[in-house]
Amino acid sequence: MNCTGSSLPETPETGQPLWLLAELTYRCPLQCPYCSNPLNYDQQKQELSTEQWIEVFRQARALGAAQLGFSGGEPLLRDDLEELIRAARELGYYTNLITSGMGLTFERMQAFKDAGLDHIQVSFQASDAELNDYLSGNKRSFREKLEVARTVKALGYPMVFNCVIHRQNIEQIDKIIELSIELESDYVELATSQYYGWALKNRDHLLPSEAQLKTAEATTNRYREQIKGKKRTQLIFVVPDYYEERPKGCMNGWGNLFLTITPDGTALPCHSARELPIEFPNVLNDSIESIWYRSTGFNLFRGYEWMKEPCRSCDEKEKDFGGCRCQAFLLTGDANNADPVCAKSPNHHLITDARNNAEQNNPANSEMIYRNRKNSQRLIATG
Amino acid sequence: MTQTVSPEHVLLSQVPMINRLFRFQWEPASECHVLLYPEGMVRLNESAGAILTHVDGQSSVNAIISKLQQEFPEGGEDLIQDVIDFFTEAHNELHWIEFT
Repeated sequence: MNCTGSSLPETPETGQPLWLLAELTYRCPLQCPYCSNPLNYDQQKQELSTEQWIEVFRQARALGAAQLGFSGGEPLLRDDLEELIRAARELGYYTNLITSGMGLTFERMQAFKDAGLDHIQVSFQASDAELNDYLSGNKRSFREKLEVARTVKALGYPMVFNCVIHRQNIEQIDKIIELSIELESDYVELATSQYYGWALKNRDHLLPSEAQLKTAEATTNRYREQIKGKKRTQLIFVVPDYYEERPKGCMNGWGNLFLTITPDGTALPCHSARELPIEFPNVLNDSIESIWYRSTGFNLFRGYEWMKEPCRSCDEKEKDFGGCRCQAFLLTGDANNADPVCAKSPNHHLITDARNNAEQNNPANSEMIYRNRKNSQRLIATG
Repeated sequence: MTQTVSPEHVLLSQVPMINRLFRFQWEPASECHVLLYPEGMVRLNESAGAILTHVDGQSSVNAIISKLQQEFPEGGEDLIQDVIDFFTEAHNELHWIEFT
C-alpha cells in the first residue's frame, strides 16, 4: 500500500496486518483452471460460523487491519454475507467483495449496499461468452457477469473489473479492455496468472509467449493513451514474474502486511501458503495477535536470517525478500531457496525452460485441468 | 503538464468533496488519517489529515482555510498557500477530491 507523509513513526520491525483476506468458503460455481485455492480444497469442507468470522474481523481490526476482502471460492454462497458485511463495516473496515458475480441478484446487491459494502470486484474470464464460459466451465457465466457489472455501477459502487490474463485470452486483450471501459469500470486489473496450485498444473496452457506478452502490454498502453483525460478508468497490467529477471517482493514481505484466513480458520501469510509443508495456526485455537506476532509459521521467513545464498549476501534482499516462498518451494522443493525467477538463482533454468516451452505453438501436451471436486479428489489420490 | 490552471482563482470559492472512490477516516491502530479505496489505502500526514477533516461537501476552500487558521494560528501566511497547493494536487493529480 502507498504511504504518503512523514509524520508516521519509524516502521516497526513487523508490519501490521493491514489487509485481511477472508476466504469464506471454497465452494464455487466456476471451475477456472488458474484458481488460487489449494489443489486439495475438496478435503477442507469446514467453514467458520458467522460469529467466528466476526470475531476474526474484530481481532484483526484491533491490530490495524483496514482493508477486508470477502473472497472464496465464491463468497456469495455464504447466506450470512450481509451480516458479515454489516459487522465489518461497523468495525471500520473498507469492505471489498471479490466475486464471480454468479447468482448475484439486484436485491442482494441492494442489501449489501444497505449493510455498508464499499466496493465490488467482478471477475471476468474473457470478453466474449464462448471463451468466458469455456474458461470458467460454466455455460451461463458471461451473461450473468455482464448483468451484475451493470447493476454494480447502477447502484453507485466503485467497480474493479478483474480479468486474469493468460495464453488463452491474451490475444483478445483489446476486446477485454473495451468491455471494461464500456462497463464504466473504475479500475481494471489485467493480472497475468501466477503459477501456483491449479495454475501451475495448467502452466503450459496458460503461460503466454514473450511476443504475446509484449503485444498485450503495448495494447494496454495504447488504450491508456486513448482514454487519458476522457475516462476515469485506470488500467492496471500485472506482468507475469516469469518474464522478469528479479523476483517480486512477494506480499511486501512474509507476515508483514497481508493476512489470509481460510474457510476453516487456518491463518496464512498469503493465499498460496497452504501449499507449503508448514503447520499454520488456526483462529479457533489462537488469537490473531498471537498468530501474527508469535506463531512459528508467520515468523519463518521474517527478516533475513532464514536465507540461503545467493539471497543472504545479495544487496537487493531488502527490496524483494528473496521473492516468493511458495514459488521457491513448488519449483525447487525448498522454500528457503531463492525464488527461481531471479536470474541469480542456480535454479533459474526452471523458469527459462518454461519460457522456452511457451514459444511453441502448442506447448501443452495434456488436457487442461479444471478446478472442480472430481479433479481435486483425483489429485489428492495421486498425491 | 500541458495545461496550467490558475489554482488560486479557481479554487478559493469552490466546494471540495471526497471522490466517491475514497473513504476518509481515522485509523486508531496506526494513529493517522487514511484514505481507503478499492483494495488500497493511503496513509496521510498530519496536515493532509487536518485539511481533509474539514472537507464535508458544504464548505468552500476559503471556509476551510478560515477554520484551519483558527485551529493552527501559528500557520501564518504559509497556511493559505499550503492548503491551495494541497487541493490542487489532490484534485488534478491524485483525484482524491472533486468539486461540487
